[in-house]
Amino acid sequence: MIGILASVIDGILIGAVYGLAAMGLTLIWGVMNVINLAHGAIVVIGMFVLYTVANMLGLHPYGAVPLMIVFGFVVGIALYWIGVHRMIGRPELMSLLSTFALNMVLIGLGTAWWTTSPYNVQVSMPGVSWRGYTFTGTHITAAALAVVIAGLLYLLLYHTRIGKAVRAVATNREAAELCGIPTTQVLAMAFGLGVALAGVSGTLIATMFPFTVLSGEAYQLKSFVVTVLGGLGNPAGALMGGIALGLIEGLATPFMPLSWIPIVEFGLFVFCLIAFPRGIFSFTKA
Amino acid sequence: MWRRPFPWFIVAAALLYALYPYFADDVGLRESLLLAAVYIILASNLNLMIGYAGYVNFGNIVFFGLGGYVCLYLVTALQWNVIPAALVAGVAVSALALLFGLGILRLRGAFFALATIGVNQAIQQLVVNFEPWGGATGIYLSLDSYGSLGGPMQALWTTYLLIVAVTAASLLASYAIRNSKFGLGLLAIGQNEDAASVLGVPTPLYKAMVYSASAFLPAVAGGLYFFKSGIIEPTSAFNLQTSIEAIVMVMLGGSGTILGPALGAFLYEELRGFLLTAQSFSQFQLVIAGALLLLIVQFVPGGLLGWLHQHWPKTRRWLE
Repeated sequence: MIGILASVIDGILIGAVYGLAAMGLTLIWGVMNVINLAHGAIVVIGMFVLYTVANMLGLHPYGAVPLMIVFGFVVGIALYWIGVHRMIGRPELMSLLSTFALNMVLIGLGTAWWTTSPYNVQVSMPGVSWRGYTFTGTHITAAALAVVIAGLLYLLLYHTRIGKAVRAVATNREAAELCGIPTTQVLAMAFGLGVALAGVSGTLIATMFPFTVLSGEAYQLKSFVVTVLGGLGNPAGALMGGIALGLIEGLATPFMPLSWIPIVEFGLFVFCLIAFPRGIFSFTKA
Repeated sequence: MWRRPFPWFIVAAALLYALYPYFADDVGLRESLLLAAVYIILASNLNLMIGYAGYVNFGNIVFFGLGGYVCLYLVTALQWNVIPAALVAGVAVSALALLFGLGILRLRGAFFALATIGVNQAIQQLVVNFEPWGGATGIYLSLDSYGSLGGPMQALWTTYLLIVAVTAASLLASYAIRNSKFGLGLLAIGQNEDAASVLGVPTPLYKAMVYSASAFLPAVAGGLYFFKSGIIEPTSAFNLQTSIEAIVMVMLGGSGTILGPALGAFLYEELRGFLLTAQSFSQFQLVIAGALLLLIVQFVPGGLLGWLHQHWPKTRRWLE
């Protein structure tokens, strides 16, 4: 019984990081109605930033976190101008294809540079022991950082003028433009924020698990599940959705073989899309 | 539909496509043409969804893979001949798609696209865990399975001819659907689904029907293709990347046209072959495909044929 509880708690810790990744996806959707299919590639960028910082530059692994937020923001703005700007206001098909093309280019470059072999970054953090079960230090730190970053995003969106502009553009772009908000810059910035969130969640995931250039796809699908659980375009729901997914994973792990977990996830994903297209936590809609 | 020259043109092109490597007796050419034909089938049927109804199906490869599995299962476990097995696979997958379609096609736009990715991944994982189909290792054919077609050598030629026939059938089906009431309804859905519904197009039914129709021929082709390969396993059968490449092909040639996706598939396959063999590019195949897609989507959303139609309107009449 305690084993299951430990597994659930660990699931919730990892789920907070899933939630952070999904916040990046859902922020972009909420502001510009674009589903960012380059999300997985960006998560991978975050992983390799950690690898570069910790294993190649020899700095402290968690130093990669603030670095990745800045770097992700810059990359995000660049990607916005390369692939997304011309898609704003066009059919969803076009922005899906465009961001997917970005994904192919990024993954292709990553494969050529890093190959597809697995990488691992050793992060030493003391764990917490409780009745014979040890909660890994990296999981606790990652979850704590994820919650802190989510809190910072909340402060940015709801207590600054920039955040107000982002919310205005998300609600009604034309009206925002008429009120003198430079909507294009706000869109580029929102995309940068979304990419920074996805990237930093990749960094946090890489402190916990080994990774390859291709791991992004799995986390991208998890982010979709999370956003669907939390409601697309709803950052607060995304964090709850992430924790819910982590809880489900933690709850399912002791009871079924590991290879069945993805089936549960995707089944849940398709079911939620059909049954609750606005998300289970949509009552908290921002 | 046979009164116009266009379908006869397709038949003639398919005959040439099928017979040229046979009389040239060139096995290498046949293999490369076979792969191109499979891509044409995938792209052409995907075009029914993307080009006509305006729905992106990211998981279109699931039909191809499932068709392959059903066919190979019938051939190995029940000792069926490959032709009825492939046809039954097509019917079974098509029926399954109809069932799925009624569920997930209630979603629109981006939500639908996400669900199709989910369906592909869920089915792949199910097959990995499904022991009768060999789980993660898949199904192998023994050489005896080719006996009914006159030995392995002859069987390779037979499956090539059959796949070309399926290719021609795909193009003819695209043409027939485009010129039917059903096709016009789909085009209306692609333009504006609410307006189409108000004008009396039974949108949920039509969407499920086109989803199911776009499953049939790829499933048959999957059966034939994996029979020819002699092996099927989950990662290659449900490869999401092939699915996406099919979208690139449709966009490259021109979505919504009949010859466009075929042209796009053929060109893409040739380009890919060139990139894979050229030393300096082999690493960057994905990058180049991605950059190509990005450029098409941003600057020539109509694809090759769309661009031609726009600049030389007369080409509309004979290049459909």
